[in-house]
Amino acid sequence: MSLEILALRAEMLAKVRAFFKARGVMEVETPILSHAASSDPNVDSLRTHYTPPDYGVGISLYLHTSPEYAMKRLLAAGAGPIYQITKVFRDGEEGRLHNPEFTLLEWYRPKIGYLELMDEVEALIRHLADTPPSERLTYAQAFKRYAGVDPYRASLVELRNYASACGFEIKSAVQEQRDVFLDFILAHHVAPKLGGDCATFIYEYPASQATLANISPREPVVSERFELFMRGIEIANGSAELTDPIEHRRRFSQAEETRRQRGADMAPRDQRFLSALESGLPPCAGVALGFDRMLMLQAGVSDIADVLTFPVAQA
Amino acid sequence: MTTYSTNEFKSGLKLIIDGDPCTILENEFVKPGKGQAFNRVKLRNLKTGRIMEKTFRSGEAVKGADVVDVEMQYLYNDGEMWHFMDSASYDQHSGDRNAVGEAAKWLKGQEMCMVTLWNGRLLSVSPPTFVTLAVSATDPGVRGDTSSGGSKPATLETGAVVKVPFFVQVGDVIKIDSRTGEYVARAKDSV
Repeated sequence: MSLEILALRAEMLAKVRAFFKARGVMEVETPILSHAASSDPNVDSLRTHYTPPDYGVGISLYLHTSPEYAMKRLLAAGAGPIYQITKVFRDGEEGRLHNPEFTLLEWYRPKIGYLELMDEVEALIRHLADTPPSERLTYAQAFKRYAGVDPYRASLVELRNYASACGFEIKSAVQEQRDVFLDFILAHHVAPKLGGDCATFIYEYPASQATLANISPREPVVSERFELFMRGIEIANGSAELTDPIEHRRRFSQAEETRRQRGADMAPRDQRFLSALESGLPPCAGVALGFDRMLMLQAGVSDIADVLTFPVAQA
Repeated sequence: MTTYSTNEFKSGLKLIIDGDPCTILENEFVKPGKGQAFNRVKLRNLKTGRIMEKTFRSGEAVKGADVVDVEMQYLYNDGEMWHFMDSASYDQHSGDRNAVGEAAKWLKGQEMCMVTLWNGRLLSVSPPTFVTLAVSATDPGVRGDTSSGGSKPATLETGAVVKVPFFVQVGDVIKIDSRTGEYVARAKDSV
């Protein structure tokens, strides 16, 4: 990383803080270490060992993969609109766009919908960078336009053939998993074409990929989740947050089942987060934005290592 | 059979893809934030030389190819097969035109080559980077022209045709870069 980029990072951090201060969103800090881990089957938590002074053998603690659960606990406690800039950690993620430790900007607003939150994400982007107004496409529109595939109507066989023709080596374990093929097509044939001239929002992700987003009340196959792409790179992921604790438990169980099938590490559920949901999470929308990737675009570099002081190999 | 997980992928690793041995040229980790992680890999098929792209779901295991590079001395060509010997073990290996490929045109005998074996079978041959060969035919150069201003074709004792400076004559021994086929210099001793 050059000293120019080091200065650009400092400037961007200051701009983000000014943006939220002007909008009455409070900066918060939540713990990086947690007793629980992420439930997301596609995200692996790093585990560390903690030995309290009065407890000889110690316990496992996990480094957070996002501050989502803790920030939702604050929302349930009545914190109001909040944001956080924090380092998060994900095991096994390293590459041109990934470092196992990276900076996330995450914020939540009670009582707004996810489309309104997209407006605020756009306002932030344009506060940080000189970009033209964004383009908005539904997930289905983007698939049809750039891959010629209807993500809801295409049969499993059609998706499989498409992916296979594009060089996807398909093992029997994923033969029946629609979402794996959709992810493949998105990552290889749709995302690289998004956000060329302006920022592109993709919204209405399939309900099967809702993670912790609400399902659309008028269209049960889609969720109220969006992502932002700039120059083919995924920059942010946001949604209208799921508030129903029963549905939450169901999705956690489903995610754990997926992890079990893949032979992934079975991490403990965040029971404190679930209790907070039961006490009442206000209707809200939230988004996480990859700060390092945003900085990459600002600095005009194509490798995340160029915007980190010391990437993992040199840390 | 050895298998490799995608997290062991790196350039140079040898895998079996569609039944053929391949070497990884580039490996890229691709992951949507909320989705499945993939390894997008650029590979060279070691039998055909063809370059292709494949994508694997991260965490999956892929069959490794038992491919080794061994330094061997080229012995002779019997009209059909090229024969090589491992100078450490004295094991002999031979390969046909397909396997030896472009290397054939630089080999006259005695050269030390890098031979790639797959399951003990000769897969490909890399000739020495610089080969020294005699010119068997070339047009006489323009008298007096010793500058490096131009070039003419010359046929070497192995049959290879290369571009040489005008001053090179039949019988001259010249040094060639086998990677590019370019003339490097005239060797000292002529035949």
